[in-house]
Amino acid sequence: MERDRIAGSEVSLSHSNMSESAKVHHPGPPVKAEKTHGSDFSYVGIDAILEQMRRKAMKQGFEFNIMIVGQSGLGKSTLMNTLFKSKVSRKSVQPSPEERIPKTIEIKSVSHDVEEKGVRMKLTVIDTPGFGDQINNENCWQPIMKFINDQYEAYLQEEININRKKRIPDSRVHCCIYFIPPTGHCLRPLDVEFMRRLSKVVNIVPVIAKADTLTLEERDDFKQTIREELRANGIDVYPQKEFDEDAEDRIINDKIREMIPFAVVGSDQEYQVNGKRILGRKTKWGTIEVENIAHCEFAYLRDLLIRTHMQNIKDITGSIHYETYRVRRLNESNGHFTSLPAVEPKTNGLPAEQPAALQANGVAAQHGALSHEM
Amino acid sequence: MASSDVARQPDKAVRPLGLDGHVGFDSLPDQLVNKSICQGFCFNILCIGETGIGKSTLMDTLFNTNFENFESSHFEPQVKLRAQTYDLQESNVRLRLTVVNTVGFGDQMNKQESYQPVVDYIDRQFESYLQEELKIKRSLHNYHDSRVHACLYFISPSGHSLKSLDLVTMKKLDSKVNIIPVIAKADTISKSELHKFKIKIMSELVSNGVQIYQFPLDDETVAKVNTTMNGHLPFAVVGSTEEVSVGNKMVKARQYPWGVVQVENENHCDFVKLREMLICVNMEDLREQTHTRHYELYRRCKLEEMGFKDTDPECKPVSLQQTYEAKRQEFLVELQRREDEMRQMFVQRVKEKEGELKEAERDLQSRFEQLKRLHADEKASLEEKKRHLDDDQSSFSKRRAAAHLLQAQSLTVNGKKDKDRKNSGFM
Repeated sequence: MERDRIAGSEVSLSHSNMSESAKVHHPGPPVKAEKTHGSDFSYVGIDAILEQMRRKAMKQGFEFNIMIVGQSGLGKSTLMNTLFKSKVSRKSVQPSPEERIPKTIEIKSVSHDVEEKGVRMKLTVIDTPGFGDQINNENCWQPIMKFINDQYEAYLQEEININRKKRIPDSRVHCCIYFIPPTGHCLRPLDVEFMRRLSKVVNIVPVIAKADTLTLEERDDFKQTIREELRANGIDVYPQKEFDEDAEDRIINDKIREMIPFAVVGSDQEYQVNGKRILGRKTKWGTIEVENIAHCEFAYLRDLLIRTHMQNIKDITGSIHYETYRVRRLNESNGHFTSLPAVEPKTNGLPAEQPAALQANGVAAQHGALSHEM
Repeated sequence: MASSDVARQPDKAVRPLGLDGHVGFDSLPDQLVNKSICQGFCFNILCIGETGIGKSTLMDTLFNTNFENFESSHFEPQVKLRAQTYDLQESNVRLRLTVVNTVGFGDQMNKQESYQPVVDYIDRQFESYLQEELKIKRSLHNYHDSRVHACLYFISPSGHSLKSLDLVTMKKLDSKVNIIPVIAKADTISKSELHKFKIKIMSELVSNGVQIYQFPLDDETVAKVNTTMNGHLPFAVVGSTEEVSVGNKMVKARQYPWGVVQVENENHCDFVKLREMLICVNMEDLREQTHTRHYELYRRCKLEEMGFKDTDPECKPVSLQQTYEAKRQEFLVELQRREDEMRQMFVQRVKEKEGELKEAERDLQSRFEQLKRLHADEKASLEEKKRHLDDDQSSFSKRRAAAHLLQAQSLTVNGKKDKDRKNSGFM
């Protein structure tokens, strides 16, 4: 039942928009009960829970796992370093050409503890050297898919333990950045195949790498083509249309979807431009400023990934992708006990829709029966 | 067991890294808070106390609204729980508050089982959360969390010590819920008595091993205030929704002929402290403790009870799935056995019944034979009698006929004699 509004102190937290400076305003901690006692004795203090949540979050710290996929030489490591303003990835320029391209796809995961203004985060960057570099690239998504599913599996195992940890360490891949080479034409079969399979298990953010080789018109055409191809192939990249929560979300996310894929340029070199030191690439014909939105869309990518949607990305991974995996996994083991056709574990991670729904509460029912027995 | 233990253990593989510029993930807490605002919060309070001790009034005073309350009678045969859910909103925070009150607590003559309905209620909430968590297709994010986050135990202001009912109940509940004891109707105790009462209560709780909720001390921002408050437990509260004018303000108070007890005056009672601790400072911690300590304990016990283990006798980790499948096989085998047993029993019963019926049939048959024979005998004797009668009858009729004949003959002879005489007369 509805109760009336209780007058109280204001705590405003505005949700920042993509086109602005993307800073979330926070006007300091809310006023405590004693201070508003003068005229406002009807204050209860429920809104103080926000501050409590914030404190708890700051104390616990955050975790974020980002995977970068793309052919070698597309500037993946440089982009990561630019994104997180530190050497999170080691560039692979140094080794000799024979050593540089691995025979198979490797998955290299490196974690760092970073801190900013009291907020601590454990950032894990998962690199996939060797992707798309072989002559025969069939099934190159398999090791990556396996890695992602292994992380889900580890989380699931921990979750169904009897004695489980207070806070289950989250190694699930939250976001996968896919690097599209700037051909200017269209997506290659490898791109389509990879994104099609992986968009069902992880949040994919496609970016056009080394975008300084495209003029603005070429860039727009290329983006248009890519968007159409994604739509035609039924590939749902982040932010997915079906997970928009309300009208406000949809408006914000539609703006983002208009800009996908972001054309980015990465750099960890600083240059002097107009008296300021900024990150950029210096060429004979000019300096490309990484954070200048007139030059490239790096700032938009950074805002999306870090400043506004990071929590949302983690939520979608946890509540949708992980749950899908869990449903599939728990149904698999029940598959040969029921009379329904066994759910075949498909390698592309596609959950079998109908059988799963039919026996959605199979375990619960049997569980219930068991509990009566015991 | 503090949450800080697991969260930030130095990981050998993780290196700290300095940032060269502003990245922007300091907005993460804000993003998290924004999401929570959209989702809304949930808080469940359980109030245990005798009838008329002031539970509902205190809830009204705490949350500054008028929850619909009924005055309970003192004649409840059993302790019941009444749960009511309300949607409150303060600035942009939406709270779904559930207040659970005990009805009839302490009113019965025999109070041995008084705590049981409360324990059952708490367990039921844990159970339904566990069921939701174990479902295949689950929606934990939309799930209305009904687990009890805080339990306010109302102590009667006798001024002496805790009642044994109080001790027994609190002992049963301390591992299931966060207990915050409060002294109700504190305006009946004087300051000095109150001080001694509080000390007595705390020492009794300690000596009986009752674990009440301690306000957390691990966060520096609130450690100091929490430590002070821990020393003021149990809070002596007064509840009132009536307003009395004091000075030039209207304050919540209770008016007596000898003075006015102001609810929000810290010199008069600890109400403000309770509100501060329960709502303003530790609400999130109460929720977290419920989830990570009490619920986990319940879950562990429940799963172990059902036979699941993390490691089998050789200390190799056993997956829940394996155990589950093994149990399921066991269950199916048991089911089969029971079925067979029942079938056998059924067959046996049928045989028995058949035998019985056959017996009865035989019985009937013999009776029938007997009756038939009797009937035949009767008939035979009757026939005999009839023959006799017939014989008699025929011999009688013969004799009669003979007698008639004789009579007729004798008449004829006499007539002839007469005739002869007559005839002889002529000659």
